[in-house]
Amino acid sequence: MKLPLSWLRDYVDVDLPPAEFAARVTDAIAEVEGWEVIGEHWDPELVRVAEVLAVDPHPNADRLVLATVNVGEGPRTVVCGAPNVAAGQKVAFATEGAMLVDGHTGKRSKLKLRAIRGVDSAGMVLSEKELGLSDDHEGILVLPGDCAIGASLVDAIGDVVFDVSTWANRADLLGILGFAREVAAVTGQPLREPDLGYAESGRPASDFVSVTIEAPDLCRRFTAGIVEGVEVGPSPPWMQQRLARAGMRPINNVVDVTNYVMLETGQPLHAFDYELVRGAEIRPRRARPGERLTTLDEVERDLDPEMLMICDGEGPVAVAGIMGGGNSEVSESTSTVLLEVANFHPGSIRRTSTQLRLRSEASLRFEKGIGPDLAPYAQARALHLLEQVAGGRPAAGLVDVFPTPLPSPRITLTAARIEQVLGIAIDPAEVRRILTALGFEVTGDDAAYEVTPPYWRPDVALPDDVVEELIRVHGYERLPTTVLRGALPAAQPRPLERVRERVRSLAAGLGFQEVISYTLTSDDILGRVVAADDQDRARPIAVANPVASQHTFLRTSLRGSLLTAYAGNRHHEDAAMRLFEVGVEYLPTEADLPHERPVVCAVLGGQRLERWERPGPERLDFFDAKGAVEAILDDLGVEGSFEPGEEYALLSGHTAAVSVGDEAVGVVAQVHPEVAAAFDIEEPVFLLELWFEPLTRAIPERPDYAPPSRYPEARRDLALLVPAATPASALLEVIRTHRARGVRISADVFDEYRGEGVPAGRKSLALALRFRAEDRTLGERDVVRLEQGLLRRLEQDLGATLRA
Amino acid sequence: MSTIEAEVDALRAEALEALAHADGEAEREAWRADWLGRRDGRLTLRLRALKDAPPEQRAALGQSLNQLKATLEGELEARREAARAGEIAALSADAALDVTLPGRPQSSGRLHPVTQTMHDCIDAFAEMGFRVFEGPEVEWARYNFDAVRIPEDHPARDMWDTIWIDTLFDGERQMLLRTHTSPNQIRVMEQTDPPVRVIVPGKCYRQEATDATHEWMLTQIEGLAVDEGVRMSDLKGTLYAFARRLFGEDRRIIFHHSYFPFVEPGVEMAIDCFLCRADGSDCRTCHGTGWIEILGAGMVHPEIIENAGYDSSKYTGFAFGVGIERVAMLRWGIEDIRHFYQNDLRFLRQF
Ligand SMILES: [Zn+2]
Repeated sequence: MKLPLSWLRDYVDVDLPPAEFAARVTDAIAEVEGWEVIGEHWDPELVRVAEVLAVDPHPNADRLVLATVNVGEGPRTVVCGAPNVAAGQKVAFATEGAMLVDGHTGKRSKLKLRAIRGVDSAGMVLSEKELGLSDDHEGILVLPGDCAIGASLVDAIGDVVFDVSTWANRADLLGILGFAREVAAVTGQPLREPDLGYAESGRPASDFVSVTIEAPDLCRRFTAGIVEGVEVGPSPPWMQQRLARAGMRPINNVVDVTNYVMLETGQPLHAFDYELVRGAEIRPRRARPGERLTTLDEVERDLDPEMLMICDGEGPVAVAGIMGGGNSEVSESTSTVLLEVANFHPGSIRRTSTQLRLRSEASLRFEKGIGPDLAPYAQARALHLLEQVAGGRPAAGLVDVFPTPLPSPRITLTAARIEQVLGIAIDPAEVRRILTALGFEVTGDDAAYEVTPPYWRPDVALPDDVVEELIRVHGYERLPTTVLRGALPAAQPRPLERVRERVRSLAAGLGFQEVISYTLTSDDILGRVVAADDQDRARPIAVANPVASQHTFLRTSLRGSLLTAYAGNRHHEDAAMRLFEVGVEYLPTEADLPHERPVVCAVLGGQRLERWERPGPERLDFFDAKGAVEAILDDLGVEGSFEPGEEYALLSGHTAAVSVGDEAVGVVAQVHPEVAAAFDIEEPVFLLELWFEPLTRAIPERPDYAPPSRYPEARRDLALLVPAATPASALLEVIRTHRARGVRISADVFDEYRGEGVPAGRKSLALALRFRAEDRTLGERDVVRLEQGLLRRLEQDLGATLRA
Repeated sequence: MSTIEAEVDALRAEALEALAHADGEAEREAWRADWLGRRDGRLTLRLRALKDAPPEQRAALGQSLNQLKATLEGELEARREAARAGEIAALSADAALDVTLPGRPQSSGRLHPVTQTMHDCIDAFAEMGFRVFEGPEVEWARYNFDAVRIPEDHPARDMWDTIWIDTLFDGERQMLLRTHTSPNQIRVMEQTDPPVRVIVPGKCYRQEATDATHEWMLTQIEGLAVDEGVRMSDLKGTLYAFARRLFGEDRRIIFHHSYFPFVEPGVEMAIDCFLCRADGSDCRTCHGTGWIEILGAGMVHPEIIENAGYDSSKYTGFAFGVGIERVAMLRWGIEDIRHFYQNDLRFLRQF
């Protein structure tokens, strides 16, 4: 909201500099987002108020005139090109050296006077543009009539306009008077209310119009005032200037008064041309099926039966609380005005304005909730102004239909509650001062106040609402900093999150860079990594209103995100890249929130760095990816098993399913080259993924423990020939399960070889065997015996033979 | 001079002369074999031949030869010692490294700056006894809005532009991407009895155009403490400790009045600007006000306490919500929020 300081000062004295005022307002009332100083560049000596005494033709130019002006130092002649200059006007007048905005170039420069078409000019009569007020350079700025001749312009119309962001539950702060009341409470100044007085003329308003509320649930109160004999025309300069500073365009004096009173009080009003109200009756009612109305913005609106209409004897004349209809609009020929000031159900106004996609200054106020008693107040103020600026004669009284006035809520606020919520007590005198200044009625004793909020504060309903009023005005800086007391809540174990965070740190420790991707993706990207027949993943959840079409679907796989990140960075990274992300797959479920399945996914590939930080000939490969998985599982205290696997988008023969015990916990693979190519990755790229839910289940609460053996282990290396298709894991599994009384045998593979010396169809695997007895040191003969037993078993089970 | 002395002197002179020319360990070893070799070293042989010397000379000769042997062994050791010292000296001098050359590359990874900041925030609150709770990102509208006092036709809904899930339930959209972590206030209180002291980290989403300070996907931490005797001054103390932990021990904080439907009273917290220290300059971060808005907070609305089945006359609570990206931007001076989710390694590697 635009808050002109000059307008605010009608109701409350403010003498703080703008920055300090803004800080006080932000602390206690609403957020000041900035302010604009009007007249910052106007030199008080060189830019002053002048009166136009006469306007004469220019002897040498049809489009120019000679204006005689008085700046309090006798008549002076200036050349002027403005079409609107007229005798009797107060105008802004600049003399040589004044800093002005050039009307054509828009740049700021010092005024240099010169003869125009042979006539010397004593100065310049200024447009809004030249004063830096707006881009309007059509004519000169006409000043309010009460500006003193010869006064500095900055004193006459200089101002500070604050830009204030107010709250969704405070319609009263969308009125400058409401704002002033808050400022008065905060600064301790008195509030001056505006003049509501007017002279009623003979006939009562009820003779002119009848009002029947047919939808009392949506229209809580309707007041109608009548003003006869108005002369529609421009409103006076002072009113136009205020409207413009508050951000509204002046239209005519009648409409301007309704806008002025709305900006002043926060209560929207609407003026009808009384002659166009058919049947001299007003009926607020729900729209009928098929009814339509062309609103003032010349759009024909389809109405639905939940929308509240203001109707006359024949049909809709306004969308209640949002916008009037063109059929009853005030025009030049209007002489009698019907002034509507009503109160509507806030939710209904909001629903209707959302449905019509029509937000107006009125609807923005109504939807926040306005007290019904503001209606007669705003009526009186508007009638006062219509009498002043449109020459109208208000009829006697109002038509005021208010079916069910609600009693003012009475709130009991105990001093104990204040202290319970805030942690400090507030002095009873201060409590009463603050609440009274804000318009609340306070009775009761100092232990239990009885508080009645003013009618313009329907947002205050509970004792804690009143506590907020107290502390914000009292000052949050008076709140001490204390520490929480009391017992700590019982801890809930969250093993999955613990494993997830551990893996996150491990991945970074293993050289992977963490990335975080948008979780909304496109079906194109998902389709590259998810099989069309994947029940869980091929039908991702869509959002209705994506910020962009490539962010329409909740990802059911992180793989596309990581491959995208890999490809994007490949443009500027020469060497190996390792990226990982921890996130969730959003898997649809039947009629419930999706299953957010937590995973870590990583991709890696590229040339390993050499000594000189240059990419060398060796590339990262499958076993780098697998090594990372092994390192992670090892750190978590479990051993993974890896079996050949098949998965969509992964290269067959280069894919391993990872499991721990009975749980399938992940996958490690080379990404299928065609899938990689779809992401513009033209090199082998590898992927690993671990699934936190099964992984967490697979981790034992306590790791297996055995004390270190007191006896040394015996080691033997040997090379075995096995069928080429036999995986090393089969060999290791046989060895792991081989039982030799009292002796533990373990083994690692340390070489794989095919080629010369190895028969076709077979491969050689080199094994490092370790034998350890629990009760003795093994001798050479023990080891030979054990080894032979093991070899027999391997030959039997797998056809393995000792390589010669 | 006796002949014995002359002979021993000659031997000594010859041996030492040869040793002087024995450069390098191999030559020194050859010299040792030549003179002191067990089997046929010249001095060894000479000592072995002592038994053939005339008996009256044997003792004197033996003593001289053994002295010579000790001398030669000592000289050899000294020469070897000198050679080792020389080698080490040469290693330091001739083979001195250019230590400004780059180290051998190691693969290194880092956590995302949002994760790092999140961890620091969690640690700060964990020290004050807050435990982590997590809730779903895809949320029911009734949790995201209605349960936190933002009914459908209330203008407070405008405070959060929502991305809706395109699935109808009873002909209506009821699921959305949570716009804030606040629905977890309800989820936590539904699941536990007081006392409650939790923080809820997670992603949130807004249907809004992006610019240098707005991103449609963001990360928040929600905080919630509910118990008998939780006061607004405790909220201020908790956030004060957090601000000092994250932004420096000399930070100051202030509360401004604010409005969030789920708290009463509601505030916005600002920290004093540690960039310009309110020196009146044209500071881009605080816009010259000297204060930087950090988070929204307040006392949990009594209706929310009641809806959780707690007695609001007995239990009070506070809640707050911190935007992690905002904190990260302030800590590192990041000028544009859109860097965070572009996954550019040139950005990510700096943190
Ligand atoms: Zn600053």
